[in-house]
Parts: sequence; C-alpha cells; structure tokens
Amino acid sequence: MIGLPEIIAGIMVMGLNAYVLTGGADFGGGMWDLLARGPRRDAQRTLIAHAIGPIWEANHVWLILVVVILFTAFPAAFATLGTVLHIPLSLMLTGIVLRGSSFVFRSYGARDDLSQRRWGRVFAIASLLTPLLLGVIVGAIASGAVGAVSPGAESSSFVAVYVAPWLSPFPLAMGVLALTMFAFLAAVYLAVAAGDEPLRDDFRRRALGAALTMFIAAFGGLVVAELHVPHVSWRMTHGIALVLQAAIALAALSAIWSLWTLWTRRYAAARVAAATQVSLIVWGWVIVQYPFVVPPTLTLRDAAAPSVTLRLLLYGLVGGGVILLPALAYLFRTFAATERRVDRMPEP
Amino acid sequence: MGRLTAEISFQRSDSDSETSCTGYAFLPSAGYRVLVFTTAVDCVNDLFAARLQMAISLGFHIIFAEIGIAMPLMMVIAEWRWRRTGDAAFLQLAKRWANGTAVLFAVGAVSGTVLSFELGLLWPGFMRLAGPLIGMPFSLEGFAFFLEAIFLGVYLYGWDRVRPKVHLAAGIIVAASGAASAVFVVMVNAWMNTPTGYSLDSGGHLVDIDPIAAMQSPAAFQQALHMLLAAYAATGLAVAGVHAFMLLRGASPVFHRRALAIALAVGGPAAVLQPISGDISARVVALTQPVKLAALEAQWKTERGAPIRIGGWPDAAREQTRWALEIPYGLSLLAFHDPGAVVKGLQSVEASDRPPVAVVHLAFQAMVGLGTTMALVALWAGWVAWRRRDVAASRRVLRALVVIAPFGFIATEAGWIVTEVGRQPWVVQGLMRTSDAVTPMPGLIVPMVIFTLLYVGLGAIVVALIASLVRETR
Repeated sequence: MIGLPEIIAGIMVMGLNAYVLTGGADFGGGMWDLLARGPRRDAQRTLIAHAIGPIWEANHVWLILVVVILFTAFPAAFATLGTVLHIPLSLMLTGIVLRGSSFVFRSYGARDDLSQRRWGRVFAIASLLTPLLLGVIVGAIASGAVGAVSPGAESSSFVAVYVAPWLSPFPLAMGVLALTMFAFLAAVYLAVAAGDEPLRDDFRRRALGAALTMFIAAFGGLVVAELHVPHVSWRMTHGIALVLQAAIALAALSAIWSLWTLWTRRYAAARVAAATQVSLIVWGWVIVQYPFVVPPTLTLRDAAAPSVTLRLLLYGLVGGGVILLPALAYLFRTFAATERRVDRMPEP
Repeated sequence: MGRLTAEISFQRSDSDSETSCTGYAFLPSAGYRVLVFTTAVDCVNDLFAARLQMAISLGFHIIFAEIGIAMPLMMVIAEWRWRRTGDAAFLQLAKRWANGTAVLFAVGAVSGTVLSFELGLLWPGFMRLAGPLIGMPFSLEGFAFFLEAIFLGVYLYGWDRVRPKVHLAAGIIVAASGAASAVFVVMVNAWMNTPTGYSLDSGGHLVDIDPIAAMQSPAAFQQALHMLLAAYAATGLAVAGVHAFMLLRGASPVFHRRALAIALAVGGPAAVLQPISGDISARVVALTQPVKLAALEAQWKTERGAPIRIGGWPDAAREQTRWALEIPYGLSLLAFHDPGAVVKGLQSVEASDRPPVAVVHLAFQAMVGLGTTMALVALWAGWVAWRRRDVAASRRVLRALVVIAPFGFIATEAGWIVTEVGRQPWVVQGLMRTSDAVTPMPGLIVPMVIFTLLYVGLGAIVVALIASLVRETR
C-alpha cells in the first residue's frame, strides 16, 4: 500500500540517493587525493579540488535534508537510531566537521607547502573515515541489530546495546562497500572532468580498479550477510524477492554497462551508468528493508508522524523542490568542469 | 608574581536529597584553591554532560551562523558599490569579505550539521515527542540552507563565470536565505519556550497537532527579531572593530575606510534597535515565562512594584539577592509598563522547577550591559559620521570600536544562556523536562570532551586563519 508515509520515505531515499551521487563522490574525491600518485600527482589533486570546490557545500546539504525528513516524518526511528548508533554517528560527524573545515583551510589558508600538505592530509583521511562510518551505520540498520536491542533496559550491557549492533562483520562490510562505491563514482566523474588525455586516463584506470574492488566488496557483503545476518539474506530470497531481484539484475546490467563504457572510453555514458548502478544499490537496500524503517521492529507506518505533519511536509518538500532543483541545475551547469579548462581559485 | 596556572577540579557531594557540584581553581603558586562556582546539579552526570555538549555545540555554531547571516549582506553591499561607482577598493573589499565568508560559512555548515544530528544523539526523547510538531520549520530551514550553499558556490567561484547582475543576485540570495534560516531555527526555539499547537491526551502524548500554529508561538516573532538584530549588530560591529584596528595601525586607509563605513551601516542601526527589541522580548517573557523572568532579574519574592536589580549575587541557599543596586519599581515598570504591577518571584514555584538563578541573572546582566554599550558606541560613531563626514576622523571612536569588537558575540552567548538555562529544568516549557529528553546512553562525558576539544581546536585555527587574511590587507 502506498500512502503518505511511503511517499515521504520515497522522497527521503531520493535525497539519500542524491547525497550518495553528489556528496558521496566528493568523499571519493578526497580518497583519490589521498591516493594521488604517479607523474601527474599534483594535477590529480588540483583537478579534485576544482571539481569539488564550488559544489561540495550544496552537495552536503542533501544529508541535512535527509535527517530533517527523518526526524519530522519518522521521529521514533530518528530517536532509536540516535540512541543506539550514538558512537558511529558521533564519529561520522567528527569526520564531516574535519573534512569540511580542512577543505576550506586548505583553499583559503597559507599557500606554503607544509600547511597545504597538512590540511590535504586531514581532508583526505576524513574523506575516508566518513563514508566508512556511513556504510557501517546503514549496514547496522539493515542487519536488524539496531532494532533488536532495547536501550535503557537494566539487563543489557553497554557493549551489547551501543557497540555490538554496528561493530560486527556485516556493517563493516557495508562500510567497505560504501568506500569503494564513492571512490568508483568519483573516479568516473573525474575522468569526465579531466582536461587532458593522460589525466583522464589516470582516472579511467582508477575507475576500473574501483569497480573491481566494489564487486569484491559487494560479493563479500553478500557472503557475510549469508553467514551473519539471516534477516537480510532471508529477504534476498523471499518476500518482495521479485522486485529485489529485478533491482539486483538491473544493478548487474548497469555494472556491465559502466565497465564497458569505461573500457571503450565513452566517459559521459560511463557517468550515467555508474550513477545508475550506485543508485540501484541504494534502492536495493531500501527494498530489502521495506516495510521496516528500523528492522525488525519498527515499520514505516509505526514510526510515522501524524498525517497532518506528513501532508505539510509533502507540500514543503514539493514547494522547496520547485525552487531547489532549478537552482541546483544552474549550479552544476555553471561549473560543469568539462566546458572550460580548470582555472585558478578565486583570489583577491 | 606567581604562575597563574590553574587546575579546575570538580567535586560532587551527595547529600540525602540532591547532588551538587562545586568547581575549584587551584593556584599552585599561592597554595590555595578558590571557589569558582557551585551548582545545584551534578556536573559529572550524563544529563549535565549532554547539556554541556549541546550548549558548546550551539555556542560554537551560533557565532558562525551570525556571521553567515550578516557577512554576505556586507559583501553584497561592497560589490554593489563597486558596480555603481567603479571604485576598485570596493571590489577588493567584496572579494576579501567573500574569502572570509567562505571559511566561516564552511565551519558554520559543518557545525550546524552536528547540531541537527545531536538532536537525536542527545535528546531522542525530545525529538520523539516534538519532531512531528517542530519538524516543519527545520525542513524549511533545510531548503533555505540549500539555497544559501548553492548560491554561495556561485558567488565565490563565479566572479568571471556568470554575468554581473547574476553574481550580485547570487549574493543577495545568500544573504536572504541566511536570514531566513535563522528565522526558521529560532521558531523552533521559540516553541520550546512557549509551546503551542497541540493538546495533551491522558497518556501525555501530543494530539491534535498543528505544525503551522507551532511555528507562530507567542515568542516566535520577538525571538526571531532579536536574533536577526543580534547577528547584524554583532557581526557588523566586530568587522568594524577589525577595520578600525587596521586604520589605527595606519594600514591602507581607503580600503579600510570603505570597509568601516559598510560594516557600521550594517551593524550600527541593528545595535541601536536591539535594546528596543530586548524590551519587547522581556515583556513577552514576563507574560509567558514568569519563572524565567524572575531568574533573569533575580526576583525571589512575588512582589507588587518590584525593583530592577543591577549586578548582585543571587544566593540560592538563602533565596535572596545580595549586593545588587536596586532601582525601585524598575522591574514592574519595564516588564509590564506599570510601576504597580505584580512580578512573580522564583518562590512561586518549587525549588526543583527553578533554573540555576545565578548563571541566568549574570548572563542577563552581561547581555544587557554589553548590548547597551554597543548601542551607545554605535550612536557615537553615527554622530561623528554625520558631523565630520568620516568616522575614521576620530581616533577615539576607532579605539572604542576596537574595544567593543567582541562584545556582540559575547552578548549573543550570554543571550543564549539566558534563554536556554533560564528555561531549565524544562526542555519544552511546562511540557517536558530536560531529564526526560536525554538519551539513555551512559558515558556522555566522552563525546562531550571530544566535541569540545574539536571545537576549541577549530576555533583556534579559524581565528588564526582570519587573522592572516586580515593581515594581508595592510
């Protein structure tokens, strides 16, 4: 049944999807900054900084929008997640703070090598830490461990409630998957954005490597799920299996498509293929969980706010979207890096 | 002179009924310790740690939020002046201010992200109860913030990519959405002070909720006004102070004179209007939150024709305020515009329903004192500007501007202490206690210390970075 809670949840997942495709790629850019090497190391770093510079603030807001929708429309889910996942969420926030601030400190701070390198290092490490934790958090929710514990109960230990749900094989596998996904997206986008052929080829090779790593991580995740998370693997084969299998099949197809386009150097198509593939993984997770928002106990409907709130929120989201989407399109069009050679940072 | 290294130690004492907490500063050289504060709450418990973490996160973010509201306005004015006059100093100024804005906005954005998560990390009980009712302004704020981030990107990186009019418009959108964000967020805080838009069922759940009515709670208008004026006054006068300092040092006079003029034009009127807005605020507090008013004025007894107290130390044990300068009928007159009005005292409620009076009273005094000084200096600068056509002509005004540069931010912090600590022990006035909202997770002192260290480090780096950006303008 599709009602208001499902529609709002759908918009929330679209927001998350947008965050993964844009903000996720910004994190991936930070990882490639950390892994920059070879004769064009500095050129790689410059390309990354220029690709991220004008858009990362806006990309980052998707996450805030997701959180705001979550606590407005599904307050019970937000309260549970905030309580049980306090530690990984706090760590992720530390990563977000360090990533954002080190990026501007590097762009606007002292131009000498030492401080540039220092902030570059903080930026890159935070770009690695944050997606890992984001994946861990999603994995912990999907595994059903978050919904299974009861915080505040006298009988349960601190570790059992606040650590075990996320510090376990499946969430960690999802963390690694998130890392590889974001690195893959970023490499494909950067290949599109690169100004000259050798640089473009650097990122093409990185994209192919990341794609391979992503397959290994995804396959590893499935194996871990089979071993440790009966809930997830059960869903994989039963329930709404048809929809899910369709999503998986599509993801596999788009994976082949993105590999093929990368191999044949059709970068614009590769970008679409990569985004499709990653989006299907996000939606696959959502289908696995449906109708739960925090499986195995809290459904979308149980967690939903009164319908008056949902209705107003929907109006707000539609109204906001009408203003927001053209503005975003304008931003991306203005700074589409392929159109122009990369020029210098704004300077007085 | 002995060394001034001080160690702060916390001591908790558990008596039968309550836990108190006392802070001492230990001066090794002098060999004795000095009592710094004592509170009626246990300072090492989880609730206190959560409150401290929220206070530090908010206190950190609010500075950057204020700058994010006012700085884009100043930068747009500078660009507009450049486009109108062709004076290169204005262009240089717009670009300089934009660089500063970029750094400060980024720190504001990430610290704001932390806050939105902390609502659930620290106060899940509050969000479970109030999320559906107060989520609406937060969502609107989300969109305002989105626009701000998008057009700040266009502004910062678009100097030679977009048409002049578009560039200027992008800056105007940044400034306007910054102000709108502030209004939406303050609406939530106002609801916590004067909750409306619901009824309670027998189980204590909110029913018949009306999110639109919740956005228009009685405190909403005056709190939003007070916050916006605070942002323009604090940022404008702080920036004016920086440029006044550079002028006193003899740095490039044309550039800094232009900067000073714009900063004063933004900060000065706001600083002059702020006491009026403060008066409106206090009157709404008097009507809707009598206990908060009593705490901020250190009024223990319910009294007809209550005096206003300047300074003084509220003694919670004896339930009286000592060493205050009392102006007869002052409080009744100010709060109700009637010298004979009855002012409710703290004693009208149980001790467990009172906020920590000393903190609130002192913070209130600090806010009023600093705000008044800012208004007077702004008037003086305006007078000089009018009579001598140039503020920089008076070195005494320049010096005064340097002295008051940090006042606005300190007053803002004090104001938040007044509104937040003054509402305790409630997270939502009369509806939910802070102790019922806090997360059940133990060990909250650990994230509190981590985020505090993170913010202290970030704050130091930002100050150093901004100082280096300013030094480049010599």
